[in-house]
Amino acid sequence: MIFVIELLVSFFLVVGAFFALAGSIGTYRLPDFFSRLHGPTKSTTLGVGGMAIASAIYFSFHGEGVSFHEVLITLFLFITAPVSAHFLAKAARHQGLHKDKPRMEKNQGFSDK
Amino acid sequence: MPEYRKSLFLKNRWLPHPLMTLVLVIIWLFLVNTITFGHLLLGTLLGIAIPWFTNRFWPERPKIAKPFLLFRFFFITFVTDVIVANITVVRLFLLPDISRLRPRFIEIPLDTQDPMVITILASVISLTPGTVSSEVSEDRQTLIVHGLDVADEKTAVQTIKTRYEAPLKEIFSC
Amino acid sequence: MLNIAIPIAFALLTAAQLLNLYRLLKGPTLLDRILALDTMYIDAIAMFILMGVYFRSAVYFEAALIIAVMGFIGTVATSKFLMRGDILE
Repeated sequence: MIFVIELLVSFFLVVGAFFALAGSIGTYRLPDFFSRLHGPTKSTTLGVGGMAIASAIYFSFHGEGVSFHEVLITLFLFITAPVSAHFLAKAARHQGLHKDKPRMEKNQGFSDK
Repeated sequence: MPEYRKSLFLKNRWLPHPLMTLVLVIIWLFLVNTITFGHLLLGTLLGIAIPWFTNRFWPERPKIAKPFLLFRFFFITFVTDVIVANITVVRLFLLPDISRLRPRFIEIPLDTQDPMVITILASVISLTPGTVSSEVSEDRQTLIVHGLDVADEKTAVQTIKTRYEAPLKEIFSC
Repeated sequence: MLNIAIPIAFALLTAAQLLNLYRLLKGPTLLDRILALDTMYIDAIAMFILMGVYFRSAVYFEAALIIAVMGFIGTVATSKFLMRGDILE
């Protein structure tokens, strides 16, 4: 395989995996539910997007003919990720999680000293 | 005569959603990953059959007034904003001291009551810098958005309204 | 090049899955667990695509697509259940 193509595939694979990890770090570190919601909806969509681009480039130059079906996964995730995030946020608001501040403030006090 | 039946008669009966037919054919070709005459035929068959059977779920067609603006919005504004969003949010996640974040809810007054425009606006907001749309009020007047790091509520609302809502309103002409 | 990039990507994704697993097991509320499970679904899709590149096989694509559909339906169904359960009391 041509070196440039291989470089491009490697770049997109590592970038995609890095964004997926960053989204998970977000869900791991952030103190309250609504902030955690930002992790998967953003970084993970670009993470899987990067992976899909890498796979599309790889199979286009490796298999027979152009490969485009990875785009479908990206498209599907770009449509569904905001919907599931909206549902989770709505459920959390119905349960009154947005009024629940003390955990957040305790953490702030802890890291200030 | 019920409302949806009346709208059925007003439309083309055999090809109720031409745009959806086109999109379904393209999706089918992507899914099988080859472009041959047989698959084009099968895709066209599915593209005609699926809108016909699911017709009463979408009683009206979306009115796209400016298709060129739609392409510019999604392929330039939206794509760059998604990439910027990810880099911004990742930088916030990796801050050594996360208590510096200022998460809060902001309320965005909506200028349009069209359900589809609100849906697209909410999805675009969820995918772009540091904001997740979390609720639409019952009367479709305000959209409640959670921001991860909001410095000033007024400028945030203003940015969203001018950058996303105004082009969407222009595209769908409402 | 690829034989360095693929193990790095696998390592990063495994670390991501472990962090999700932590949130799934610990998560103070039920919604945190649902969110963690949703993230795990999406990371699993990324892992399947990576496995497709690693084994040079296109069959992993179908599995990834099915996980995407199932994960979305599962998340929406569980959060909808929580919402309605609260309204009906």
